[in-house]
Amino acid sequence: MKKTRFNELHKKLGGKMIEFVGWEMPVEYSGIIPEHMAVRTKAGLFDVSHMGEVLVTGKQALAYVQWLTPNDVAKLAPGQVQYTALMTPESTFVDDMLVYCMGPEEYFLVVNAANDDKDFAWIASHTPGFAVKVEHQSDIYSQLALQGPLAETFLQPLTDIDLAAMKSFHWAKGRVAGKACLVSRTGYTGEDGFEIYTTDPAPQVIWTSIIETGRPQGLLPIGLGARDTLRLESKLMLYGNDITDKTTVLEADLKWIVKLQKGDFLGRPVIEKQLAEGLTRKLVGFELLEPGVARPHYPVYYKGQKVADVASGTFSPLLKKSIGLVYLPIEGTAVGTEFEVEIRGKRVKAHVIPTPFYKRAKK
Amino acid sequence: MYPNEFRYTKDHEWIKLEGDEAVVGITDFAQNQLGDIIYVELPAVGKELAAHQAIGAVESVKSVSDVYAPVAGVVTKVNEALATAADLLNKDPHGQGWIIRIKVKDKKPLDSLFTAGDYEKFLEGLEH
Repeated sequence: MKKTRFNELHKKLGGKMIEFVGWEMPVEYSGIIPEHMAVRTKAGLFDVSHMGEVLVTGKQALAYVQWLTPNDVAKLAPGQVQYTALMTPESTFVDDMLVYCMGPEEYFLVVNAANDDKDFAWIASHTPGFAVKVEHQSDIYSQLALQGPLAETFLQPLTDIDLAAMKSFHWAKGRVAGKACLVSRTGYTGEDGFEIYTTDPAPQVIWTSIIETGRPQGLLPIGLGARDTLRLESKLMLYGNDITDKTTVLEADLKWIVKLQKGDFLGRPVIEKQLAEGLTRKLVGFELLEPGVARPHYPVYYKGQKVADVASGTFSPLLKKSIGLVYLPIEGTAVGTEFEVEIRGKRVKAHVIPTPFYKRAKK
Repeated sequence: MYPNEFRYTKDHEWIKLEGDEAVVGITDFAQNQLGDIIYVELPAVGKELAAHQAIGAVESVKSVSDVYAPVAGVVTKVNEALATAADLLNKDPHGQGWIIRIKVKDKKPLDSLFTAGDYEKFLEGLEH
């Protein structure tokens, strides 16, 4: 199993370690519910060093990243970040990812751990015809995420970057706990917060400094368990559950990352066809109307017919009910539509509700 | 940690005999593995259970786990408090977090279950 540079620290903090896509990672420390609530009300620190990083450089870096993704990379100035997808010609997902604009000829891509090698192979295989160089940098990067309403309060004393001046989906370089880092105002929880990248071979002091600074005021270390409940409440996609190489970007209800005016890109013809003809299914949010928890892969019935499996599903620690995402036939996607989820052999009532399930109050 | 007057199963239930009846719950190890417990599916009072039959399920945020009858019996009472406070299983798994009471037909099979000492040894084996 692969270990991040923070592995020993997780064990010292009592993290319950599990195998996750080949990595030994903490699933929880104090419990999913207290960790979840710490991020919603104070702040939480995540080790996300298993994420993958790819650097694209060269004269045609922009044209190349434009070709691979549906969102408009040309809108990014250096210092900005964008959520987008790596798309197949069928407009399904190789992965979803963040694109960091480092300069006019330099883009930094952050992809999912589960897809890291697959993504890099995909990215590298599409370079012919473009004057670009791609470098797989996952091994040299460590990444932490500090998320929650107090994230800025806890991070500012440790860095020379002016965090108050950093807008959402922007990044800056500076020092955190003395180590050279790239810090962006991004995350996977629905809260304000930062993601911190470093290539320093001994980055542990960043973790320990943030823990020491925040802990007296309620910061907790957060495992993969709460990472999943937090992202689902905010309807942030999980590759493998909500988006796959079988689901299109429009079916996933991610039209907002599709910018047709930017020109041609992989998958565009399928998007145009689906826009013209309409969708046959779409990803929607639901809640259970009876006790129980709808979990991934549970069968879903609409008008008595099996139509899908639950994509993502969990108990929401904040809303205290069972929530989830599922691809329903388009005629069943209106808010309020009732359907059933089979939980351990028993069909339980659910209905479509608006998403995200949780949205933080704007400052 | 594990009371001497209980017997234990390899599925991490405990059973405590009280006259002709027995109380059944899940062990501290089980609740710790499950994490924050949010919902307990209970059987109906009067239900007849065979040994090793599923009596219900325990849902945590992370996962769901069946609970099995350690021995055969008829359900005489379920822990109603769990309906609104499923986390009693986390807080006090060997006490207030009990799940059901059953009337035991035959006490003999209890002898073949783990004693507290056996169970602790069994857990040590799981951790290696």
